[in-house]
Amino acid sequence: MRISREEVQRMALLARLELTATEETELIEHFDKMLSYIEKLNQLDTDGVEPTAHAVAVPSPLREDQVTNQADTEALLQNAPAREADFFKVPKIIE
Amino acid sequence: MEYEAVIGLEVHAQLLTESKIFCGCSTKFGAAPNHNTCPVCTGLPGVLPVLNRRVVEFALRAALATHCHIAAASRWARKNYFYPDLPKGYQISMYELPIAQHGYVTLKLNGHSKRVGLTRIHMEEDAGKNIHDAHSDASLVDLNRAGVPLLEIVSEPDMRTPEEAGEYLRSLRAILQYIEVCDGNMEEGSLRCDANVSVRPQGSTALGTKVETKNLNSFRAVEKAIQYEIQRQSETLNAGGRIVQETRLWDADREVTRSMRSKEQAHDYRYFSDPDLLPLTVAQEWIDTVQASLPELPAERRERFMQKYNLPSYDAEVLTTRKDVAEYYEAAVHAYPSDPKILSNWIMDGVLRVIKDEKLDTGLKITKWPCPPEQLGALVRLIDEGKISGKIAKTVFDEMHHSGKAPETIVTEQGLTQVRDEGALAVQIDQVLAANPEKVVEYRAGRDKLLQFFVGQVMKATQGKANPQMLNELLRKKLSTDHQ
Repeated sequence: MRISREEVQRMALLARLELTATEETELIEHFDKMLSYIEKLNQLDTDGVEPTAHAVAVPSPLREDQVTNQADTEALLQNAPAREADFFKVPKIIE
Repeated sequence: MEYEAVIGLEVHAQLLTESKIFCGCSTKFGAAPNHNTCPVCTGLPGVLPVLNRRVVEFALRAALATHCHIAAASRWARKNYFYPDLPKGYQISMYELPIAQHGYVTLKLNGHSKRVGLTRIHMEEDAGKNIHDAHSDASLVDLNRAGVPLLEIVSEPDMRTPEEAGEYLRSLRAILQYIEVCDGNMEEGSLRCDANVSVRPQGSTALGTKVETKNLNSFRAVEKAIQYEIQRQSETLNAGGRIVQETRLWDADREVTRSMRSKEQAHDYRYFSDPDLLPLTVAQEWIDTVQASLPELPAERRERFMQKYNLPSYDAEVLTTRKDVAEYYEAAVHAYPSDPKILSNWIMDGVLRVIKDEKLDTGLKITKWPCPPEQLGALVRLIDEGKISGKIAKTVFDEMHHSGKAPETIVTEQGLTQVRDEGALAVQIDQVLAANPEKVVEYRAGRDKLLQFFVGQVMKATQGKANPQMLNELLRKKLSTDHQ
């Protein structure tokens, strides 16, 4: 195996995912397959090739610095699990 | 053992754009909660960020003003972490390829120049704001600030003392204010600073373990917190302890740093290229245009003031730290070119004192000047022409500030013109001498110091309007010749 259970658990924690032991085992197998594929790619000689960040070689579009949005706080807060006045309300973050 | 500190600062500057970095929401401060929001800056699925041109222009201005090398291509990265004020679960920032690197800021401290290197400058989006004190069991989230553009400016660990760090921050703020990309207000959080501090034995070149200190929201806090950290780390090492790499918070009330109780393991941001944003390319012509548009910067202006107006280094420093103060000074000199140094004194002791006492400035701008610069010039002209004394001028200045009237008007209306009429002054002197015959005898017997007593009495009788020079001469003459 190319990945340990601890590493999968750590990634789950970083992604805030709760996994059962069965799911962890399944993910270990998935990761293993992905990593062996990456190993295959690693065999390719890429010396002198610029790392690619994007598949399309077009310059970044830019917008002018203008306020174009209409505020719609109600629409935004429609999706909030909890709200208070115009704020999102979340479980206490610091004590 | 004696230790030397190694200090580097990380500064976040909020940019003065109209709209956010990747969407058309307003950046205006003070809107109702969650008013300046849209699907892009609140991280709803299926949206695409589009970069604000002015953010790039501001980054270029800052980079050129700090002598950075600008990357022909830079790349956006996602910095992944979870916090309620970060709706997407990641912050769009730059990581491997920032827009600018390898610059420097020159500071002046105690007459010496020092160059502090800049590692990098990059653009990123701000997070929203959490409010913790409204409830005991809940926090409130306002996403108005999410997506407001920031520049992160990272210095090299080139500073050795808290004073140097403070001066670096002041110089950097002055530059950002001059190029009008940030209002530089630390109290309101538009300029934020984290300090990395480590210590090492004097003479050593190896680096110690660094500790990051956050929550520094004033210049005083920056210097005090660094001072505290140097002492804490030195004492820990001297007691045989070990420095732990950690993040600490400055407690401004108790003037100590405290370890942030972090329940999680070390951060792992898992940066990767943002697939929603294309790499940013900046053409040389754009760089050239921005370079040509840069104003005279604080360091250059300071030198020019010393040369052109013959000002001491201290005056030039005070007058050029803020662009609006420098402009005010030059307007006053333009109105009255004969005495640039006296005008400098009046600005430092008069104008800036009133502004400070009455809190007439916010961020980039002084909101209310005590008087227009032309009137300050006119006031100094009145002194130089002998129409009023320096002492009376202070009264006139206060009156200019309170009534908004021109100095000439105040002097005429209140009859403050100096008494330069010898005859009139002689009458006053005679009265004073006649009222104090014993003192006159004492003076003539050799108590020279009594001259000041007579000067004071005549000044009092004339309500400060006697021309001091003339008064002195006349008094001496009368006291030595008028033997009755």
